[in-house]
Amino acid sequence: MEFSSILGAWVASFLTIGIFSYLYKDNPFYKIAEHLFVGVSAGYLLSLGFWTQLQPNLFGRLFPAKHYDPDTLTYSIYNILSFFSTSIFPEGGIDKGHDQHLIYVIPLILGIMMLMSLIPSFSWMARWGIAYVVGMAAGLKAYGYLNSNVIGQIKGTAVNIFDFSLPIFSLSSPSVFNNLLIFIGTICGLLYFYFSKEHKGMLGKASKIGIYFLMISFGASFGFAVMGRISLLIGRFTDLILFSGSDYHYATYWVLVLIVGILGYAAFKEQKNEGFPEPNILSSSNEEE
Amino acid sequence: MKDKQFWVGSAIIAVLFLIYWVAGHPYFVTDRIVMFISIIFLSATLIFYTRAAERGEEFFLRPIPALKAVEEAVGRSTEMGRPILYVPGIQDMDQVETVAGVVVLGHVAKMTARYETSLNVPVSRSIVMKAARESCRDAYTVEGRPDMFNEDMVHYLTDDQFAYAAGVNGIMVREKPAACMYMGKFYAESLILAETGNSIGAIQIAGTASQAQIPFFVTACDYTLIGEEFFAASAYLSQKPELIGGVKGQDMIKLFVTAAIVLSTILMILFETAGVGINISDFLTIR
Repeated sequence: MEFSSILGAWVASFLTIGIFSYLYKDNPFYKIAEHLFVGVSAGYLLSLGFWTQLQPNLFGRLFPAKHYDPDTLTYSIYNILSFFSTSIFPEGGIDKGHDQHLIYVIPLILGIMMLMSLIPSFSWMARWGIAYVVGMAAGLKAYGYLNSNVIGQIKGTAVNIFDFSLPIFSLSSPSVFNNLLIFIGTICGLLYFYFSKEHKGMLGKASKIGIYFLMISFGASFGFAVMGRISLLIGRFTDLILFSGSDYHYATYWVLVLIVGILGYAAFKEQKNEGFPEPNILSSSNEEE
Repeated sequence: MKDKQFWVGSAIIAVLFLIYWVAGHPYFVTDRIVMFISIIFLSATLIFYTRAAERGEEFFLRPIPALKAVEEAVGRSTEMGRPILYVPGIQDMDQVETVAGVVVLGHVAKMTARYETSLNVPVSRSIVMKAARESCRDAYTVEGRPDMFNEDMVHYLTDDQFAYAAGVNGIMVREKPAACMYMGKFYAESLILAETGNSIGAIQIAGTASQAQIPFFVTACDYTLIGEEFFAASAYLSQKPELIGGVKGQDMIKLFVTAAIVLSTILMILFETAGVGINISDFLTIR
């Protein structure tokens, strides 16, 4: 086995058990794992975002290799940029299979405006970028939400609840009972979210039924998600079991013994210190008496 | 806009549309007429009630316990001298929940400025960081305490979901905030956050429309704003007439949807059992 695989297994075991050690309490092993996780992920995602989104999709569309012509203004600017970094702006344009779309200057400008927040006197410029993102998302998603959450919901609920060609009761397939349940549940659930009237009388009863429906669906969702989490836990244990083999020099066992040993020793020392308080603590308690 | 201007503007648009329709309505996708009617109807309802509220008409809003608890949580943090942790979800500003979360953050920041309580907002997206900072800055300025605002109260951790959860957990166990608020779009990290908040004894208020995460918040938090309650939070907290009018308008839309469901079901029964009327399912299909 390669040294890098063995080292990777040791690091993975250490980080996994370090994170699990939080179940005991916050401790230096958890802190190391947490800070590494946060720092590495932030750096990694920044790099990933730049090389998989910004460079190919933005610069790749502004300066594609396909239309490279050093005499044009665009590629004159590109050549200047290329002088500073040939890895981002390789010679002869960026070859990512895109055509040139100068409309992408707009996101480039918005991005630069976001960066302007680093200069206090120009920080207001960042608001334009935020306004664009929020406005664009609102407009784009309004149609989708209206289609799926409003019209789709009406369509999905509008079924023939007296369709006696279906079985009266079935849990796993369409039935009269299920159709009735969907009809009542949707209407009562919707009425629970009616805010401008006190929930009394008929509305109160309907909204109470609605909240029961919601809670039952939340319970089912909870159980389903817990099952998913258990499978994630099994995934981690599978890795730990794999790394506990002789191929990896018993990484899991050694790391486990090390962490448990150090935490146990720290707990023992802590308990000992608590058992024999320092003189100034004793004296202060006497003063209170 | 004044009433007269509004109605004249609306009439001009209506007349122009009629001319366009009579002229053969080129480029109009007739298959999507249901969507067109819905957008017009819903927009008109919202505009009507928002304008009514602006004119001074008062609308009743039933109390929502979780929103009352927000001020209590800020008060509790003040008494205990501990910070408030506000998590605006893990998604970007293109998610409606994140936008709602940042809006509610503005109200919470106003309270923390008023009570001189420290606020900690770890975020997982750069644009959210900028928006949240602006929201907090405005809140502290409006409350007359710009000196209390510092940019580091809203700080970036990481974009990665579980690394962010680990980072927020670390903040919780070390700073021991008296109140934790989770308002935004959440995924699998919701239970990790809420459980840790519970273990440090913080009062916890959550608000999200992420259907799969609501159960976790309901189990681990003291109060949870479910779906629409979360979107109405801003109106409740600000008590601004135009926002309250918007909530009233949304209520009317819900009544309309309820009526549409009942009517569609009746039409469906008639169509399938007696062959009378139209197939509403086909009519509602957007192509």
